[in-house]
Amino acid sequence: MGIVPIITYLSVIVFVVSVVTRFIKLSTLPVHLRWEVYPVPHEKGKGHYGGSYLEEYEWWTKPRQTSKLAELKVMLPEIILLAGVWEHNKKHWFRTFPFHFGLYLLAGLVVLLAVGGVGSVFGLNVAADGGASGALIYYLTIAVGYAGLVLALIGSLALLVRRTFNADYREYTTGADYFNLLFFTATLVVALFSRLTADLHFDGLRGFFQGLLTLNGSAVPPLTALQSLEIVCASLLVAYIPLTHMSHFFTKWFTYHDVRWSDEPNLAGSGFDEKIAKQLEATVDWSAPHIRGDGKKKNWIDVVTSSGREE
Amino acid sequence: MAKKRVKFSDFSTPSKKLSQELRKEDFMPLPAPLDDVEALPDFPLLKETVEEKYECSLDDTVALNLPKPETKEEEDALVAKFLSGLQKLFTRENNWTFLQPLLLSMDHCASCHTCSDSCHIYEGSGNNPVYRPAYRSEVFRRLYRAHVKGNGGGILSAWRKGDVELNWTTVARLAELSYRCNLCRRCAQTCPIGVDNGLIGHEIRKLFSMEMGIAAKEIHDSGSVLQLKVGSSTGMNDLVVKDNMEFIDEDVTEKTGITVNTPFDKEGADILLIHNAGEIMAWPLNPGAFGVIFESAGLSWTMSSEIAGFDSINYGLWYDDAQFARVAIKHAEAAKKLGVKKIVLGECGHAHKALTVIADRVLTGDLNIPRESCLVTLEEIVMSGRLKVDPERNDFPVTLHDPCNVVRLMGIVEPQRRILRKIAPRFREMTPHGVNNYCCGGGSGFAIMSGNNFSDWRIQISGRKKLEQVLKAFEGELDPSIRKYVCAPCSNCKGQLRDIFAYYDLWEKHSIMYDGLVELIVNCMVDAKPDFIEWEQH
Repeated sequence: MGIVPIITYLSVIVFVVSVVTRFIKLSTLPVHLRWEVYPVPHEKGKGHYGGSYLEEYEWWTKPRQTSKLAELKVMLPEIILLAGVWEHNKKHWFRTFPFHFGLYLLAGLVVLLAVGGVGSVFGLNVAADGGASGALIYYLTIAVGYAGLVLALIGSLALLVRRTFNADYREYTTGADYFNLLFFTATLVVALFSRLTADLHFDGLRGFFQGLLTLNGSAVPPLTALQSLEIVCASLLVAYIPLTHMSHFFTKWFTYHDVRWSDEPNLAGSGFDEKIAKQLEATVDWSAPHIRGDGKKKNWIDVVTSSGREE
Repeated sequence: MAKKRVKFSDFSTPSKKLSQELRKEDFMPLPAPLDDVEALPDFPLLKETVEEKYECSLDDTVALNLPKPETKEEEDALVAKFLSGLQKLFTRENNWTFLQPLLLSMDHCASCHTCSDSCHIYEGSGNNPVYRPAYRSEVFRRLYRAHVKGNGGGILSAWRKGDVELNWTTVARLAELSYRCNLCRRCAQTCPIGVDNGLIGHEIRKLFSMEMGIAAKEIHDSGSVLQLKVGSSTGMNDLVVKDNMEFIDEDVTEKTGITVNTPFDKEGADILLIHNAGEIMAWPLNPGAFGVIFESAGLSWTMSSEIAGFDSINYGLWYDDAQFARVAIKHAEAAKKLGVKKIVLGECGHAHKALTVIADRVLTGDLNIPRESCLVTLEEIVMSGRLKVDPERNDFPVTLHDPCNVVRLMGIVEPQRRILRKIAPRFREMTPHGVNNYCCGGGSGFAIMSGNNFSDWRIQISGRKKLEQVLKAFEGELDPSIRKYVCAPCSNCKGQLRDIFAYYDLWEKHSIMYDGLVELIVNCMVDAKPDFIEWEQH
């Protein structure tokens, strides 16, 4: 097995470990105070105008009416079309949407290459004349792949231009931000060149995926230097993304579900009392005169049940 | 004047002012009849004595009156204290209350500037870069990366993640800058990723208060501290409140012909009604109107004379978790002592959110007594037909201001509207409204902060967007012969509207006044004498 598949394996491991680690870290943070912002779409019959169960007379006596479907109706356009950016920042949407949608298509490309590669092992002929299934995967791979590469490249270049030449954006753009966009742009350019010069129909990449997924190094076809560079860049990019603020591709789940839409009331049986009680036992070492925590004996219960004056 | 560009490196560089001079010519233009910039009041600059004594290097106003350190050692000690607070803010023990939302907001901003366009302060100021919601957050984020995440120092790290030097200039400016945000969280609502600049502002305030003992005097010393000591930030104790309520009862009984005797400490009542005590002092007809409505509807209710039980305010919401929890517990204990079935919060937005939503994960066990918005209680009373109303008595233009805390941050949108549609035939919405409303500009304590020229700042800048909305809501009806009513069911919002309207003579010149929802309800009650609203008082 050559070095290229090994880099890809390692990159995937870094990706998975980073995402899982961060997911666990965020999931196991202490219960926090409620901090929702309306509209909260799962509020059944009210989410569309921003209403909540708190509009109900003696709301605690009534069963909560929530709708996962209503939530999904907001989530899907938000994830797929970046509806929030469209609504609040159209100029930016025309740059960021192609970038993100292009990446979604490239994720789809990976799935198609994997399906095609594994399918080939089981006798599927992924080719223009490979029968209905084979031809479908063959043409879909080409369409999705090129659309993804082109859209993502247009988006990354547009974002790069905006961050470079718009003074407001430039001031907020750090070296790491430029590096990120250049990394994407370079990888996409290499990938496009690689396609156009050595692997027009993604057959080489499919073979690479076949070898990768079947753990069969000999199945990996010989790669050109450009193809190797393409795969290495893409692999490193995959490993890099969750280590940066671009991990928002999955942490956005937390900002929405654990904060912005987290309106579950502390009713009997909700389990909040126990979680809060645990946190109230935590020691405090804020040192302002009205708190004077020592980080040893004084806990939150001591702090909040004192007046602060006698401290 | 050409807009001064402000770089992040400027933040820590000592200079007279970080911001460009605040001049009315640069602010967002107002619609007619306030469209003549020359005729508008100038933005008054700070007095030299103030500039000499206090840290004023952020912009042309000052909220905190931070004394300038006299020695380098003093500066260094304050910076060290800030650094220790910064680190504590990101620990589970000290900040379990907001750690997860804070971390999510610190780590994922994509700097897309969507938040800027949603911010009434940034827009009102004429897009002053210092007031971008993300500016404060990014300064703080860079300090967090360098001093909490430990991304190392040096040129490479600065290039990668941006750099803001930690020195006294940075600390002093950041303290002030945390008081240039209303915490209305309109920016959080529009952020595509869910980053919350309002939360970051809130957390910066907490760091200063809980570690360094630095907070606006009006919300700490004269606010939560006074409330915990005597029961109310107004300074009124229970005896004074009872006296005032007696006087108010007499007044509204005479005005309406409906006898009101506000009950105090009635054990076993269904409802504990808690007003913002500022209403009792500044807008006595408001608690009076509640009395008229509750008595007419035959409710079983009471007020409390316990510490904090007669004042619903909880300023800790804006700057300090410890003060917040202390006051919330006092409110709950007052209700528990009386054995009421629920607490109903009077017309005060931040009190609504503080006790209903934020305290929901503070009050446990038998302190977790149900809380309800008065807007919901009132809707039940009005829409059930328990009160006979004659909407013709409210035959004047009415618009509704949505308090951020009640609407965007609690989702109570429709009850107040259903009432208004029933009792105010000429009700019209502001644009935008509901959860997309704009803050009045007095949120997060600003309405009670008027030191130096801060009231000019909150009227000319943070309140500018609301003023524009009010004028547009009454477009074509600005003739002073037409009395117009801005319904603002929130004490702090009313305080801000009072000051804005007085600043621009809107009552004298255009007959625009503000008041609460209950006054409108009583004004159209068939069983009450007409003309409850006191137009000339505003």
